[in-house]
Amino acid sequence: MKFKKHYVESKGLHLNYSIIVDIIEEKSRILDLGCGNGTLLKLLKDKKQIKGVGIEIVQDEVIKCLSKGLSVIQGNIDEGLKQFKTNSYDYVILNQTLQTTQNPEFVIEEMLRVGKKCIVSFPNFAYWKVRLNFCFTGRMPKSRVLPFEWYNTPNIHLLTIKDFFVFAHNHNFKILEGIYTTKANIKNGIQYNIFSNLFAQEAIFVITK
Amino acid sequence: MKKKIVETKLYKINKKVKFESGVEFGPITVAYETYGTLNENKDNAVLVIHALTGTAHAACYNSEEDKKPGWWDDLIGEGKAFDTNKYFIISTNILGGCSGTTGPSSINPETNKPYALSFPVFTIEDTVKVQKELLDYFGIKTLYAVAGGSMGGMEAIQFTISYPDMVKSAILIATTSRLSPQAIAFNAVGRNSIISDPNWNNGNYYENTEKPDRGLSNARMIGHITYLCEEAMYNKFGRKLQNKNHYDFNFDIDFQVESYLQHQGQIFVDRFDANSYLYITKAVDYFDPAKKYGSLQNAFKDTNAKFLVISFDSDWLFPSSQSKEIVNTLMQLDKDVSYCEIKSSCGHDAFLLEYEVQSKIIKSFLNEHIKEKSFEI
Repeated sequence: MKFKKHYVESKGLHLNYSIIVDIIEEKSRILDLGCGNGTLLKLLKDKKQIKGVGIEIVQDEVIKCLSKGLSVIQGNIDEGLKQFKTNSYDYVILNQTLQTTQNPEFVIEEMLRVGKKCIVSFPNFAYWKVRLNFCFTGRMPKSRVLPFEWYNTPNIHLLTIKDFFVFAHNHNFKILEGIYTTKANIKNGIQYNIFSNLFAQEAIFVITK
Repeated sequence: MKKKIVETKLYKINKKVKFESGVEFGPITVAYETYGTLNENKDNAVLVIHALTGTAHAACYNSEEDKKPGWWDDLIGEGKAFDTNKYFIISTNILGGCSGTTGPSSINPETNKPYALSFPVFTIEDTVKVQKELLDYFGIKTLYAVAGGSMGGMEAIQFTISYPDMVKSAILIATTSRLSPQAIAFNAVGRNSIISDPNWNNGNYYENTEKPDRGLSNARMIGHITYLCEEAMYNKFGRKLQNKNHYDFNFDIDFQVESYLQHQGQIFVDRFDANSYLYITKAVDYFDPAKKYGSLQNAFKDTNAKFLVISFDSDWLFPSSQSKEIVNTLMQLDKDVSYCEIKSSCGHDAFLLEYEVQSKIIKSFLNEHIKEKSFEI
């Protein structure tokens, strides 16, 4: 699969905001699914003067968004985006949320319908530390990025970068750009390029229909 | 703590106001209360609007003897959601009401008798027009916010439509852009109950000793059923009996829920006018901006307010789906809108009861809004 790839030093989960801010053009129309406390939307508003709406299911997070002056809708993205018109947003963002949805296929399908482009990020379950963790402990992997127990994790649809490629192929959508976050000491070497599924902690993809 | 006393004041609109029906009606007296101070720029005013049978008395106490404060005292006051240190809050009694504002029980100056059914049928749009007159009297050109629950939310909606450049933000709580046929049906039964009371006498009962109390109290009982929900009734009463352990095998009151409804009906007739009930429920039934403007999108097209919509998941009278319809329409129009659905077991009544979470939501919404504004300056 051919698309533009970048590698960025990992600053830990949920700190990929600056990467996403860099991707998005000024004054874009943004829909942020699972927007949490609105940190990303607020950043985008301040730095890129975007016009945006967030969707969030947890009430306390919705209130935090309100106190940031954001437009936010309390709702469940698993129910779809039927209230939004086709191509009505420049970007639909699903940041660190794909793996928590009940029905990722439906969510991505809806995102692709509503957004001209979509940004999807998720922790890479094939990251070498996760693999090692599973191999040696024989238990569901836990890490800084995936801190939960199997029985209380919101991450019910974990996936790898390779899985996402297959998913894109099977669902006929294009990957425009991929950004992998990784440890600082691993640079853009050839070996890294081939083994991105091994060395990337997190992947951020820009996709379109 | 010392009770904060506030006086209900009267403002007389000394001209005729043109109603949606075409009728020109006046003079109209408006009962209102205010809390907080209007700033120099007159841009910190917040209009709060009561529900179906409310009064202008939204907060504080009217006298030292009052046992209960105003209907939204939990939300209005120093440091509260509608912070009287920041905002100048205005609350009026609705047109056609019976708590100070001119209504069917008021004396027609031309005949020196109560208007009764000669009072013109009015709409939500007319009630908003009347409130606008009061704001004009204060010299208020922009409303920092307009907020209301249930019928008050309908008026808030209408405010953003009628005066798009005046309203900076609107808080719509447990409301709808149009009643469901089910809700209209309940109103219809309530009105029928009044009209079929022989004491109603075609609306002319003001000089009689016997008033249509039975009809009005039945209407109120029906209303109260719709303000609760199955879960709320289980929590409140269950199947518990009223001051007894066994059935009486007659048709007196056995169950607590019966006793509650009867009590609500009885205390209501002491403070409400049967004709007002007919007129106001009719205005609520008629409210349908989608019908008037062709579509809800068209109705909201020119609004400039920042919207906050709040619904309660157990409210079946003004269900969340109706709030979502408003939210979706506004979103499709690219308006600034936020939405919260509060979990509650209180049914429609929740908007008067679940004040803690509502406070948090409204406060966050209003505060930020003020900060943003100060950036512009």
